[in-house]
Amino acid sequence: MVAVLAINFTLIHAAPGDPASVIAGEMGGGDQAVIDSIKKAYGLDKPLPEQFITYLGKSVRGDLGMSYTYNKPVSSLIAERIGPTILLVLTALLVAIVVGTLLGVFASLKPKSFSSAVVTIFSLTGLAMPVFWTGILLVILFGKVWPVMPIAGMYDVRNYGATGWAAALDVLHHLVLPALTLTLVYLAQYSRLARASMLEVLSSDYVRTAKAKGLHQGVVVFKHALRNALMPLVTIAGLQFGNLVSGAVLVETVFSWPGLGTLALDAILGRDYPTLLGVLTFSSLFVITANLLTDLSYHWIDPRLRGK
Amino acid sequence: MMTAPPLTPDMPIQPQQKTVSTLSPWREAWRVFRGNKAAMLGLVSLILIMLVMVVGPAWYAVDPFGIVATPFHEPFVDSRYWLGSDYLGRDIVAGMLIGGRATLLVGVSSAAITVVIGISVGALAGYFGGWIDVSLSRLTELFQVLPALLFAMVLVTLFQPSLGVVICAIGMVSWTGTARLTRAEFIRLRGLEYVNAARTMGAGHWRLIWREILPNAMAPLIVSATLVVGVAILFEAGLSFLGLSDPNVMSWGMMIGANRRHILECWWAVTLPGAAIFLTVLSVSLVGDGLNDALNPKMHLR
Repeated sequence: MVAVLAINFTLIHAAPGDPASVIAGEMGGGDQAVIDSIKKAYGLDKPLPEQFITYLGKSVRGDLGMSYTYNKPVSSLIAERIGPTILLVLTALLVAIVVGTLLGVFASLKPKSFSSAVVTIFSLTGLAMPVFWTGILLVILFGKVWPVMPIAGMYDVRNYGATGWAAALDVLHHLVLPALTLTLVYLAQYSRLARASMLEVLSSDYVRTAKAKGLHQGVVVFKHALRNALMPLVTIAGLQFGNLVSGAVLVETVFSWPGLGTLALDAILGRDYPTLLGVLTFSSLFVITANLLTDLSYHWIDPRLRGK
Repeated sequence: MMTAPPLTPDMPIQPQQKTVSTLSPWREAWRVFRGNKAAMLGLVSLILIMLVMVVGPAWYAVDPFGIVATPFHEPFVDSRYWLGSDYLGRDIVAGMLIGGRATLLVGVSSAAITVVIGISVGALAGYFGGWIDVSLSRLTELFQVLPALLFAMVLVTLFQPSLGVVICAIGMVSWTGTARLTRAEFIRLRGLEYVNAARTMGAGHWRLIWREILPNAMAPLIVSATLVVGVAILFEAGLSFLGLSDPNVMSWGMMIGANRRHILECWWAVTLPGAAIFLTVLSVSLVGDGLNDALNPKMHLR
């Protein structure tokens, strides 16, 4: 973890382009004195290793510094933006896992049939489509051809100040298109993976035994086979949830969704290093946690791993 | 009772009667690949796309950055700009023809970097084991934890956004999968008898890694490299869509990104380059799937 922090930190500070002069420039130009005072205020005048130790100590306590552009603590910026991103990614992932697994199972039962080929073609198509392009096609479809869905943002300004159900419905309405875009990408991966994984499991001995016992096909497929076929799906889902910021940045940009991805992009374009570093660090932490949870969930899915 | 004559080195070994014509593994793989309609379709369309990229701009000499028409020129109405113009009045045909060059170049080169780093790290870790394996595996995990697209975005912004930097950035964030695959293959192969035999005959580490083990690990690596090309193309498209690629090189992703704010006025300026990216990646993955079937005979039934 410290190593990850160190990489992020060194990288960002090795960059050409001095943040102090950027800030001074935005404040209306600056002579050297102004730049120096800014450097002092943000601790940029100290040597790099010392800056890193200070940063490390603070970030352990949850203090990620102040954003240069928003002039707010980075941790509160991240706290504001993480909710929308999690909402978006989790919705897309859940829909994709459920539908993708069902499609995969369905396709694996008759691997040579027409409907199985349709699932395969669908997943190949989904994987080859650039996610931002899918989003834009949906925007054109629902913004111009059949305007029933909001195409940008998370709230409607006309509902400003609404609370309770009205606000929740408003967010849900705005969520549909971005979530659908992301779902299509995930769905392509899950249906393909579920199909391959089910095919492997269905040809194993214990499934044949279960069939030979005369169990109903539905029981064999969903109770016996699916449980073992789920392992690779869980691995990928864990990775993708952990990587949510990377996964969502393109979709968030297309739909102006106020999440961590757009925060990161704005930070990059505005050379807002504390925010950028904060988002990078936070996302890395998120990946590590998600991987840990994925490992733990193996034990829940596969009893053979318990006790090891 | 007859005893067989003792074998002497200069005695020619009687050739066996040939009943089945045997093919080398690569010829055999090509035979399977050729029989796969989807894969051949992908290969043909990929070759066509490359041909268009190479020949197209020479034959249609319009500057993709040049403002040649009125903005928002509808496609298929004017024969001079038959795919219309974008929000600045730039010719879409010119962009489409030349835009794939950057995309393909970045896709293939960054996949090459990915494969070189991935194979080197994976081969060393899998072959030597011990502390080398432990430290290289930790390194791989470290890079796996970095959020890929975000990290690449940062890399590209920090060091001037040129094609070279974009290629390196994509290569740096995507080698971990190849490394893990190579490591697993090396661990599987290094204990096999033929490797022991070669070692007994005095082959050094270098020869064992590159000449003995790697060729046998090639099949899954080739498949994974093809898939990496597809992912890298999407990656490049994403970066240039965000405006984080070389601003002086026209690419399909950049066309989409530039016209993003005007999608409701000129749908064609975003739809067409996107379709080109889609078609390219689809062709690459069809070829990858075909290679997978051809090179991994165990998978034939799927």
